[in-house]
Amino acid sequence: MSAKSQSREAASLLIKGGHVIDPAAKINAPMDVLLRDGRVAEVAPPNKVRGSADEEFDARGLIVAPGFIDLHVHLREPGQSYKETIASGTAAAAVGGFTSVCTMPNTAPVVDTADWVAWLRHPERGAVVNVFPIAAATSRSRGATLTDFAALQRAGAVAVTDDGKPILDDEVMRAALRLGAELNLPVVQHAEDTRLTAHCSMHEGPTSFRLGLRGMSAAAEANIVDRDVTLAQQIRESRLHVAHLSTSDALKAVRRGKRAKARVTCEVTPHHFTLLDEDVGEYNTNFKMNPPLRSATDREAILVALADGTVDAIATDHAPHATHEKEVEFERAAFGITGLETALALAITKLHREHKIPLARIVELFTAGPARVFDLRSRGSLARGNFADVTIFDPKKRWTFEAAKSRSLSHNTPFDGWQFTGKVVATIVSGRVVYRAE
Amino acid sequence: MNKTARGSLLGIEHLEEKEILGLLKLARRMNPLKARPLLRNKRVVLLFYEASTRTRSSFEIAAKSMSAITTLVQASGSSIEKGESLLDTGYTLRAMGADAIVIRHPAAGAPHLMAQHLDIPIINAGDGMHEHPSQALLDAFTILKHKKSFKGLQVAIIGDIYHSRVARSACHLLTKLGVRVTLCGPPEFMPEVAATLAPGLHLSRHAEEAVRGADVIMLLRVQKERLAGQEIGLQDYIAHYQLTPARLKLARRDAIVMHPGPIIRGLELTSEVADGPQSVIVDEVHNGVPTRMAILAQALGTAR
Repeated sequence: MSAKSQSREAASLLIKGGHVIDPAAKINAPMDVLLRDGRVAEVAPPNKVRGSADEEFDARGLIVAPGFIDLHVHLREPGQSYKETIASGTAAAAVGGFTSVCTMPNTAPVVDTADWVAWLRHPERGAVVNVFPIAAATSRSRGATLTDFAALQRAGAVAVTDDGKPILDDEVMRAALRLGAELNLPVVQHAEDTRLTAHCSMHEGPTSFRLGLRGMSAAAEANIVDRDVTLAQQIRESRLHVAHLSTSDALKAVRRGKRAKARVTCEVTPHHFTLLDEDVGEYNTNFKMNPPLRSATDREAILVALADGTVDAIATDHAPHATHEKEVEFERAAFGITGLETALALAITKLHREHKIPLARIVELFTAGPARVFDLRSRGSLARGNFADVTIFDPKKRWTFEAAKSRSLSHNTPFDGWQFTGKVVATIVSGRVVYRAE
Repeated sequence: MNKTARGSLLGIEHLEEKEILGLLKLARRMNPLKARPLLRNKRVVLLFYEASTRTRSSFEIAAKSMSAITTLVQASGSSIEKGESLLDTGYTLRAMGADAIVIRHPAAGAPHLMAQHLDIPIINAGDGMHEHPSQALLDAFTILKHKKSFKGLQVAIIGDIYHSRVARSACHLLTKLGVRVTLCGPPEFMPEVAATLAPGLHLSRHAEEAVRGADVIMLLRVQKERLAGQEIGLQDYIAHYQLTPARLKLARRDAIVMHPGPIIRGLELTSEVADGPQSVIVDEVHNGVPTRMAILAQALGTAR
């Protein structure tokens, strides 16, 4: 982060010479972008911006996109600041090009009251990008008693979830979707039938059998998604969002819901479109997360769904853990990996270069897609009057990711030392440059 | 990931055929009653997080007969009970001058974690459901005492394949040596995915089919509690998979019956079979000592 740009509060900034990709506005062309007073003032063809600016950003050779939105991060506050803080996690988000992150409530304590939602949004937390809390759907996320959705929403929660755990009980899930429908609040499901996954530490398949590890079946995810989609179809105006979808069969259920015009959305993580269960190798705990890395068939289905529009967003499920929680027996190791700083690079390297998914679609998965999922108004597009959240990246830049240099407090990533193509050059939040690559 | 410590024996899967044959050859030269002091002044720690009778005592006898200093560390009554991590226990033992650690642990991959962080040989004495390499080697050693060679042999492995580290190690070892291996058990104990473990594995749901024409029948222990709540009940299991004298007759006349122990008479086999002339179950225990002598001597680089 350049100290200069942070200290100087430029009232206006002209991003000049770049190529704008703004899927929501159907723009994919060389454009200049003028930001003023925290809003988008003007987007116009090269040298056609009429207004003047205090400062200019030379974006020649770069892509200028709406600020990226991550629907799924664990910033570990309150209570687990040894893993991550809102300050450190949002700094990592800025490096990864994310101008907005949605935080999961499975902290200590669980974010199940309006007070905690307000606490998360308080300026004292030191966030450098926008933080949108997702609150717990049930008290202490125990899956039994619904929280006060209306109060949570008033305090700023953009959705509810028991992430880390599923809302397993049919009646509780039905009630959550009903209440969500009344308030137009999405219910985010961590789809895992935990009755089938006790003591499991990876995907069920040849690799888990070889390693002697108990495996989570694909059905343990798909069955819950299937049930939830059915409920979403039954309950008018209910909104279901499937978190970190990882299996081919769960995708089939989502497609069924979408065809029936139910308000069903889903997200996919970079690690699930990149890695396979067999990459766990000889018990490498940086490849242990939940949902687990799946089979080649599942990954193939995810790649198709990312390309064809079934998937609404790429979300990182950034899940930092301390070294002592990972350098243990595989079965005892914590689930989860960091992901904020490698998401775009993986999307460009894997989805764009290897699988030929157009850049515009990738930008959509980071911007307009997620903005729609949680109704983040005036974000996800560079339409005039929107918040001046902008991500500028070089789609051709080759670089090597070094976990040790990560801004996250934790370094539990499977991508240490990976060579990538595509790198964030600058991240702008409300017109202010919060990250600029050296 | 750090490099695995030299001399470690973590499993059979990544061994080459010639390494396996080398260990077996070395084991044949080992005699616990007339052993050379190959491990004099070597400290071998037996780190056991799980109960064990034969594996632990045979490693201990193997090490002591070659003049090693041995120490037994068990989960109960040690710092492990106080919440010390596996790696910290490893570092502590290393700091005391351990030259090798023999580890038995309920978590698959625990020996790998040790080997990635310590610079001394780690010997896997059984990790969760993963591998039990010394058992596979002593079984191969036993087979070779009764059969001329491995090539062309037919081996049936019957029982709870899914939960068995013995079965996994045996499958890797035997298929590498050109043995035709048939796994046999009900779906709860032998999922279809078992066939992917090693190239050329066969699966059968019928004990008769698996046993017919076999040179070796390896039985696995069936834990009654694992049958609880399964579709297949105890009586079903006995009816379909128990090795009885009648089923044994379907095998070759000179077939041998093996079992890693402890056996449950009346469950996976009858007493007649366990104590019959074709049973080599006691012999296996006996062979555990020279086999583990070979493993230790090889790991500590003192084998010549």
